[in-house]
Amino acid sequence: MRIPCPFCGERDSDEFLSIGTVGPARPDEKASLDAFVDYLHFRDNPAAETREHWHHVHGCRQWLVVSRDTRSHTISAAEPARRSAP
Amino acid sequence: MTYSALALLKNALTGNRNWKPMWREPEPRAFYDTVVVGGGGHGLATAYYLAKEHGVTDVAVVEKGYLGSGNVGRNTTIIRSNYMMPDNTRFYEWSLKLWEGLEQDINYNAMVSQRGVLNLAHSDAQRDAYARRGNAMRIAGVDAELLDRSAIRELVPLLDLDTARFPVKAGLLQRRGGTVRHDAVAWGYARAADKRGVDLIQNCEVVGIRVDNGRVTGVETTRGFIGARRVALAAAGNSSRVAAMAGLRLPLESHVLQAFVSEGIKPVLDQVVTFGAGHFYVSQSDKGGLVFGGDIDGYASYAQRGSLGVVEHVMEEGLALFPAFSRLRFLRQWGGVMDMSMDGSPIIDLTPISGLFLNCGWCYGGFKATPASGWCFAWTIAKGEPHALNSGFRLDRFTSGGVIDEKGAGAQANLH
Ligand SMILES: Cc1cc2nc3c(=O)[nH]c(=O)nc-3n(C[C@H](O)[C@H](O)[C@H](O)COP(=O)(O)OP(=O)(O)OC[C@H]3O[C@@H](n4cnc5c(N)ncnc54)[C@H](O)[C@@H]3O)c2cc1C
Ligand SMILES: [Zn+2]
Repeated sequence: MRIPCPFCGERDSDEFLSIGTVGPARPDEKASLDAFVDYLHFRDNPAAETREHWHHVHGCRQWLVVSRDTRSHTISAAEPARRSAP
Repeated sequence: MTYSALALLKNALTGNRNWKPMWREPEPRAFYDTVVVGGGGHGLATAYYLAKEHGVTDVAVVEKGYLGSGNVGRNTTIIRSNYMMPDNTRFYEWSLKLWEGLEQDINYNAMVSQRGVLNLAHSDAQRDAYARRGNAMRIAGVDAELLDRSAIRELVPLLDLDTARFPVKAGLLQRRGGTVRHDAVAWGYARAADKRGVDLIQNCEVVGIRVDNGRVTGVETTRGFIGARRVALAAAGNSSRVAAMAGLRLPLESHVLQAFVSEGIKPVLDQVVTFGAGHFYVSQSDKGGLVFGGDIDGYASYAQRGSLGVVEHVMEEGLALFPAFSRLRFLRQWGGVMDMSMDGSPIIDLTPISGLFLNCGWCYGGFKATPASGWCFAWTIAKGEPHALNSGFRLDRFTSGGVIDEKGAGAQANLH
């Protein structure tokens, strides 16, 4: 799998760290216990194209949002995370 | 037909023309008491123990591919019960006990081989941690031995003990651990379940779960609707997808794990050996190939294949332990989709939907669990409540705080 880093160009996925799909956002501190449990432990885990946070940890050290299909590993886009922040 | 030395001899004398297929190929019926979704090790074992232990024989196992096409036929075949958290220790030890009697029970040669599992420690701290784990196991009645370097040298002469980059300090040995031929586990349970009346329905994908007024009424499949009083999900890596058909969201993420096999050579390694300074483990199959693996690739995947970076990493770790392996050619590699849970422990439970039961979260260690998973899941389905052995493996532990985090890694699926 190769990831087209907008800063470094196409690089081996080994240089990156994945922390999973983008969002959901951390609930407000007054939110219910269920909201926090859901945020912390539960996942959509889709078999589909997803938007994920990847860190180019052995490269430019920028956070990226990578659009990737979990069924084929096909990557359609990678953009700086700060630009697409919610 | 009962398999025995006599049956072998009789069939050999008649040119092996009279062996019967191991199970029937029935058409799905319109209704079953219980439909099990997923014909992997856990689904098949569940059906078998439902019939054997609880007399529930009006059961179908519905499998989207062929029996054993999932992780049960993709794993590296290691069984052990060297866990430290009490819920895990109890459960996996029960599984190991079932493995010890399995072949007689299901009349099938699964090549259960208690060759020993040796975990190597590479620092003083790791040796202390292994001593602690070993003591926890022994308190729970599980066998464990802490070995020093000279005992390890005698047991595994091929190890690089003298010049290794990560020196071996000690090892934790569970002699009753070992390997089991994984395909034979699927086939053996399938045959034994079929014999007790369970319908095994292959090439039949579940595409929907019908729920009326909070009660499950059956499954939509690629071969039509199958009604059921109870539906039991055992879809391993695809658990989130199947549960979503009933509107459930799970504490799971699906990740890919790879396995590797070398060319066959004469016997060089009698045990399962694991590397403690990274993530590498190896055993030698009866055909002579070295079977080895390492960590998950680290990103969500349903693709059943991994990246080359992990291949290289696993090879490097293997050579750090066994430099002699550098001369071997490696023959085959594949991947499987793991249902990684948020605390690294499984779920065997009821669900908020009446009649719908859940078995998932096996991470990369669910093969060894196959007998106990089937046994406990069958109990849970038949009695409508968990057995004491799976009373910790409940879905609400993520809310109550009762997570079973063997590794202490937190809610990050790719760290367990
Ligand atoms: C490379 C690798 C190495 C491993 N090594 C070990 C090891 O050494 N020791 C160990 O203990 N564990 C190991 N594991 C983990 C172990 O294999 C799994 O945890 C375990 O097999 C999962 O349970 P199962 O056998 O029921 O899964 P599976 O065999 O995957 O069964 C699930 C079945 O559900 C079916 N299914 C999915 N969706 C549907 C649907 N919609 N409709 C119908 N059917 C469906 C699938 O086709 C599949 O056959 C390893 C796994 C891998 C991939
Ligand atoms: Zn970069």
